[in-house]
Amino acid sequence: MADLSVNMCGIQSPNPFWLASAPPANTGEQIMRAFDAGWGGAVWKTLGTPIVNVSSRFGSIDYDGAKVVGFNNIELITDRPLDVNFKEIAEVKKRYPKHAVIVSLMVETKEEWRDIIKRSEDAGADGLELNFGCPHGMCERGMGSSVGQEPAVLERITSWVMEYANIPVLVKLTPNIGDILDPGRAAVRGGASGLSLINTIKSVMGVDLDRMVPLPRVGDASTNGGYCGPAVKPIAMHMVAALARDKEVGIPISGIGGISNWRDAAEFIALGSTTVQVCTAVMHHGYRIVEDMIDGLSQFLDEKGMTSVEQLIGHAIPNYKEWGQLDLNYRVIAEINPETCIGCQLCYVACQDGAHQCIHLASTDCDAYHGVHDHAQSVRTKWPSVRHDELHDGKPRVPWVDIDECVGCNLCELVCPVPGCITMKEIANPAGPESWNDRVAKGLA
Amino acid sequence: MSWSPLPTDRLEQGFKDKRPLYTRAEALVEANRCLYCHDAPCIKACATGIDIPHFIKQIAHDNLPGAAKTILSVNMLGASCAQVCPVEVMCVGDCVFNDLNETPINIGRLQRYATTEGLKYENTSGRRLFTAKPANGKKVALIGAGPASLACAAYLALAGVKASIFERDPLPGGLNTTGVAPYKLKADESLDEVQWILDHGVELHGGKALGRDFNMSDLLDEYDAVFLGLGLGADHHLGIPGEQTPGVWGATALIRAIKNEAGFKVPAEIKQVAIVGAGNTAIDIAHELAEITSAQISMVYRRSESDMSGYAHEMAHARQVDVRLVENARPLAIEVSAGKVTGLRVALRSGEEVLPCQWVVQAIGQERIATQLDLSVDLDEKGRVKVNEFGLTSHDRIYAGGDCINGGKEVVNAAADGRESAFAMLKSWGLEA
Repeated sequence: MADLSVNMCGIQSPNPFWLASAPPANTGEQIMRAFDAGWGGAVWKTLGTPIVNVSSRFGSIDYDGAKVVGFNNIELITDRPLDVNFKEIAEVKKRYPKHAVIVSLMVETKEEWRDIIKRSEDAGADGLELNFGCPHGMCERGMGSSVGQEPAVLERITSWVMEYANIPVLVKLTPNIGDILDPGRAAVRGGASGLSLINTIKSVMGVDLDRMVPLPRVGDASTNGGYCGPAVKPIAMHMVAALARDKEVGIPISGIGGISNWRDAAEFIALGSTTVQVCTAVMHHGYRIVEDMIDGLSQFLDEKGMTSVEQLIGHAIPNYKEWGQLDLNYRVIAEINPETCIGCQLCYVACQDGAHQCIHLASTDCDAYHGVHDHAQSVRTKWPSVRHDELHDGKPRVPWVDIDECVGCNLCELVCPVPGCITMKEIANPAGPESWNDRVAKGLA
Repeated sequence: MSWSPLPTDRLEQGFKDKRPLYTRAEALVEANRCLYCHDAPCIKACATGIDIPHFIKQIAHDNLPGAAKTILSVNMLGASCAQVCPVEVMCVGDCVFNDLNETPINIGRLQRYATTEGLKYENTSGRRLFTAKPANGKKVALIGAGPASLACAAYLALAGVKASIFERDPLPGGLNTTGVAPYKLKADESLDEVQWILDHGVELHGGKALGRDFNMSDLLDEYDAVFLGLGLGADHHLGIPGEQTPGVWGATALIRAIKNEAGFKVPAEIKQVAIVGAGNTAIDIAHELAEITSAQISMVYRRSESDMSGYAHEMAHARQVDVRLVENARPLAIEVSAGKVTGLRVALRSGEEVLPCQWVVQAIGQERIATQLDLSVDLDEKGRVKVNEFGLTSHDRIYAGGDCINGGKEVVNAAADGRESAFAMLKSWGLEA
């Protein structure tokens, strides 16, 4: 079995799965239960001057019955006394010496940073995470994302911290910026040991249309919150990859954003994360989800012949390129399996209204269609043809693909409710690869 | 209300709904399962062509008045159809999920939820889902107040036509009120739907029979068109000895007693009942009796199970309440002793046998009432009123629909017939629906 342990800029962890600094990592009791469940580390709910929270404080997006596709919160940092938090941190480290306990911090002045770093180290923390990302509430007080959005301020505070800290320091970045490289590079210049991202995205979750109050609702009003959960994963992965690809960054990354299962985690790791942090999925389903994250990742590494997580880190980065480098001659076309097609015709309507009008109902005759569409006729010989009636298999609701017109956009495969029914088949192109950049270089574009 | 209130001690009230009204939570979970197929097979399987995926999406997106309107705009009896349609062989049977080893969408229950909530919306908001156009001077008489006439009258009334229904029975609603299995639809629910239709300006003359209180020429003189929604007649009889004995029932008469009669009960001494026939009415009465009595209920059918006209899913449900089917048994005589039924003599392949029973219920079809009336229209050889695809009979001002043209189908077929006739009439007058 592959070795799941990781070394994140000096922080040892039995596996790459950490609880993000959030409600699931609020207390020592919770974190110890999480470690028992299998989590390798936890980033403690942000410490600072304790605050007062509002009620309610969470909102979520459901989509056609799927719950919590996206999630947001207007909760602030810890609302428990610092003494209690540090006592619990010491207790957790005493009982779980091999697990990673990272303390998330958010204070204002240099003196406050010095004091709280010392107390964290005294409690036995393995590392620190600087919360420069929180986009609600704390930023109105000059902390959180208001730091993360100002690279110069971020760099300065990071350098203060590095002056005092004797343990590794992660800088947690906000995605509420134009280019993630700006704060990422600033953190590196400030001396950070590693980066954590993304923090949450500024969001309004909905509107109570009867009360005309945005959500989540606090009495008669609301405010913007921080958005997270499965829906933000693609945004987070782009930002993680952008930093992992950047030559000036070069420090370990702890990936965060919508990670719910082993596959999500493997994807983040393949894009350059050393550890991954999870919050929403635990808030939805509990600590137990880590069991299959561990099992699934182990199976995957074994299948790929990798002996450690380290081998997976950044593995997909070389294949992350600029658009101009993509092969314009690569071609796939949709193929509908008549055996498994249930005839919902969602691919048809999606292709007709949302794509390139190349999927047709069984009732539309292929030859007659080509007879009246000159363009289709003219390009007919471009790709090897498959007669639609050979695919029908007598099922009257199986649509057919006009393979001459199919641009291989993928939409039909994405909307098909039957797993594996529509596949994108690769078509060999004798012309060989050619990118936009190649064309520009040849003076063709 | 233009009829006497239903008695409050009807036997049907003891039946539980087989498919009860969804709660909001149940409806949302089910609605969200729908794939929203393009050109969906469920729509094609509906005689009235309700845009099923559309109304289901409207439920999922919290537009319940919109969902109700989607249904009712093409089927004004959408509320009762939701409860009485054999969806297993219609919309649900054609759901694409059947091909994915996935439970098909419970369309009937979603439709019931939508129509119930839509009508609730009318009451709470004071706004109607449909409003009638101003009167255009046209008048139509409709004979029979069953689903076909109600649907026809509703669309006519909405288009500004004065629609007057004549019903020989004191209660309107046809078989929805008197004949549908009470675990599907109860008489009061049917009458609520009738009242809702009347509220759109339809006029009802209860207790008025064609041939007794008026005749066709009276109607043709006074009205621009006539719609025949006659339904069927009395229960057929076998014509075997012993049929006049008390305890020998026609199926629809017995169902009606269960549904409408004050204080009707099955006497305790009824330990065995023989139901003759294997159509859906036979299964219905067998199932109903099995639920409300401890008697042994046997369906007696002259052919084999594979020949029966009743739906397989209904027979399966009946078997769950211990109804048994005696196949290849031809009734010969009702055995009578001291003025009481004691058994049904049948011819089996193995010879004659007497099935002991205290009641015999004849569920072998109903008379073709059209043959008993002077209608001034052509009938086919089976006594059904002949119509073209728009419901027009051989007379250019008489239309017909429902059981009197098809010999006995579903409520949804009657509703579709009524609508098509209404639209055909409107078109013939250059009016819009």
